[in-house]
Parts: sequence; C-alpha cells; structure tokens
Amino acid sequence: MKRYLPFIIVGVVALITLGTGALLYRAKRPAVLTITNNSATSTPAMQARGDANAPVTLEEFGDFQCPPCAAVSGYIHQLEKDYGARLRIIFRHFPLAMHPHARNAALAAEAAGMQGRFWEMHDLLYKEQPVWSKTADVTSVFDSYAGLLGLDLERFKKDTASPETKARVDSDQKRGTSLGVTSTPTIFINNRSLPFTSVNPAGLHTAIDEALKEKSSPSK
Amino acid sequence: MKRNPENKNQTAPSRGRIILYSVAAFICLAGLADATYLTVQALTGETSACGGSPDCFKVLGSAYSRIAGIPVAAFGVLGYFCAFSFATFAGFGSARAHKFFALTIWAMFAATLWFLYLQAFVLHAYCRYCLFSAALTFLLAGLVVATPPSRRDS
Repeated sequence: MKRYLPFIIVGVVALITLGTGALLYRAKRPAVLTITNNSATSTPAMQARGDANAPVTLEEFGDFQCPPCAAVSGYIHQLEKDYGARLRIIFRHFPLAMHPHARNAALAAEAAGMQGRFWEMHDLLYKEQPVWSKTADVTSVFDSYAGLLGLDLERFKKDTASPETKARVDSDQKRGTSLGVTSTPTIFINNRSLPFTSVNPAGLHTAIDEALKEKSSPSK
Repeated sequence: MKRNPENKNQTAPSRGRIILYSVAAFICLAGLADATYLTVQALTGETSACGGSPDCFKVLGSAYSRIAGIPVAAFGVLGYFCAFSFATFAGFGSARAHKFFALTIWAMFAATLWFLYLQAFVLHAYCRYCLFSAALTFLLAGLVVATPPSRRDS
C-alpha cells in the first residue's frame, strides 16, 4: 500500500486542482447580459456621441478610476475613427465602491457636461488618471481641470454638488445594476454585453463587424 | 531477504528529509492554489478588472503575461504541480525524484527572477499574487539548498 501512497496523494491533488479550477472558472465566467426595453433599464442616454441612427451602438459602463477603462477609452477613440457615422458611443457612469475618487470624478464629468464639455472632461480624467487617483484632495485637482477646459469655475463647483448631477450619476448606476453590471468596463454592443476577454481592439472590431453584418442582413 | 527490483531507486529517507520534503510539498500546494487562481482570472478576462488595483492590471494585463496566448500562470500551475509530485515521491524515498524536484525548482527560480525583473524595471508595477508566488519559489529554492541529495541518491 505504501508503494502506491505517493501516486494516490499526487492523483488526489491533481483532481482537486482541476476540480477547483473548473468550479472557479464556471463561477467567474461572465454571463452575456442583454438590454431589454423594460422600464427598469430604459433610461435616456445622458452622454452620447455619434449619429443617433447609427447601425451600431456601443454603450460603456465605466469608472474614471478604473485603469482598464482608461485603456478602453483609447480603443473607443480609434473605433470612432474606423467606423465613423456607423458607430454611436454612449457612456454610462458606474463608479465602483473600491475606487474612492470614482464618484467625484463622475460628478466632475457630469458638471462639465452641463457646460457642454463632458467628453473633454471624460478624456482628461482618463488621461490624467494616474495623477488624480493618487491625490488626497481630488476636488481641487478637478477644479484645475475645469479651469484647463475653460469652464465657468463657479458654475462647475455648484454643478458638481448639485442634486441634479448626482441624480444623473445615480441613474446610470441604477441602470447598470438592473442590467447585471458588476464590474467595469462593461461594454454592450447593440444591447448585448461583450465578454471581458473581448474587450481589446481586435475583440471590439470583431463584435462591431458582426453587429454591422446582423444589421445589414435582412433575415435577422 | 529478497529485494524488489522495482524499488532499486527507493531508499528510506531520514526523518529530517521527510520533514523538509513535506514542508516543500505544502509550499507547492500554496503556489498551486495561487497559480490556479491567476490562471482562471486570465482565462475569464478578470485580470482586466483585477480588484481595482492599477499595478495588478498593469502586470497581469501586460504583453508579458502570456506566452503564445497561454497565460504564464498556467505554466506556474504545471511547475508547482510537478514540484509537489517530485517532493512527494522524494519524501517516500525515490532517489530520482529529488533530482527532478531540484531541477524543477531551479527552473522556477530562474523564471521568478525574470518576472521580478519585468515587474521592477519594465512594467514598474508589482502584482501581489506574483510576489506571493515569488516568495514561495524562494522558499522552495532555500529548501533545495538545505536538502542536498543523499550519498545513496548520487
């Protein structure tokens, strides 16, 4: 029996490792989320750019303090150049609790949006993410960004703290939660979520091309 | 007394060596758990979320985190599993197993040095799971040094 004991131990460990790995994979594998037109999920897009009648809509749930979201922001800029009027972009706020400054950043972006500069602030926040995410006093940093974008600073400060701005961020977050969004960036292409493994330039291109094909195919 | 010809590589190890191999096997199990977790994260794409840690994302989402499309953590799983198996067999007196155990650990040690270099000087970011694995490999290397092959082994 002792002769076989090391084989048994090694075999048991192999089985446990494979079993645990498979269970963990099943638990962590993201489900494909879909947006349906029910009242809980159909809130108007606050921040969108591109043709409203574009055949493909990319809706992103993002967090300004999330590093992968900053990377995705760069990919999306490239996609806009590649697809032009065929692509519409919608940004939804989904500040994660683990990021202490994410909600303030979302409020700053919305406040800038009230002066028509949401996307400029969006891009600046992602570009400067490594700087402000490590700063204790983010309010003054965001104020300086508002100044940099030429915003009316007093109005920006007032809007950042206004209930209307908070309601906009909350509304996006509520929509995300009701759709089953748990992490960022979560991207929907024509109302169907993209798996995390496809959130890269090649995966996004493939998903958009497929969505364009579906739209152009009369049978679908 | 008859000697089983299949057991010519099987010699009863000393109590001290059994303890050292047992410790090594337990360290390998910890490494196996860490590497399995990282492999699953890489396969599900969760490295992109990465617990919100920018440094973690930088390391696990980097181009160095995969070799020919395979997550390097999967090689870690293989390495720790081999090391565990060899430590177990060596603990049961297999002379060859110690040599294979030492070879595996030195290969893992070299890989660890490479990954530490990448984190420190190329990516300028550290992933805590990778540092944990590096610490385990250093411990295993220490155990290999502390457990030289017995005379009968060589």
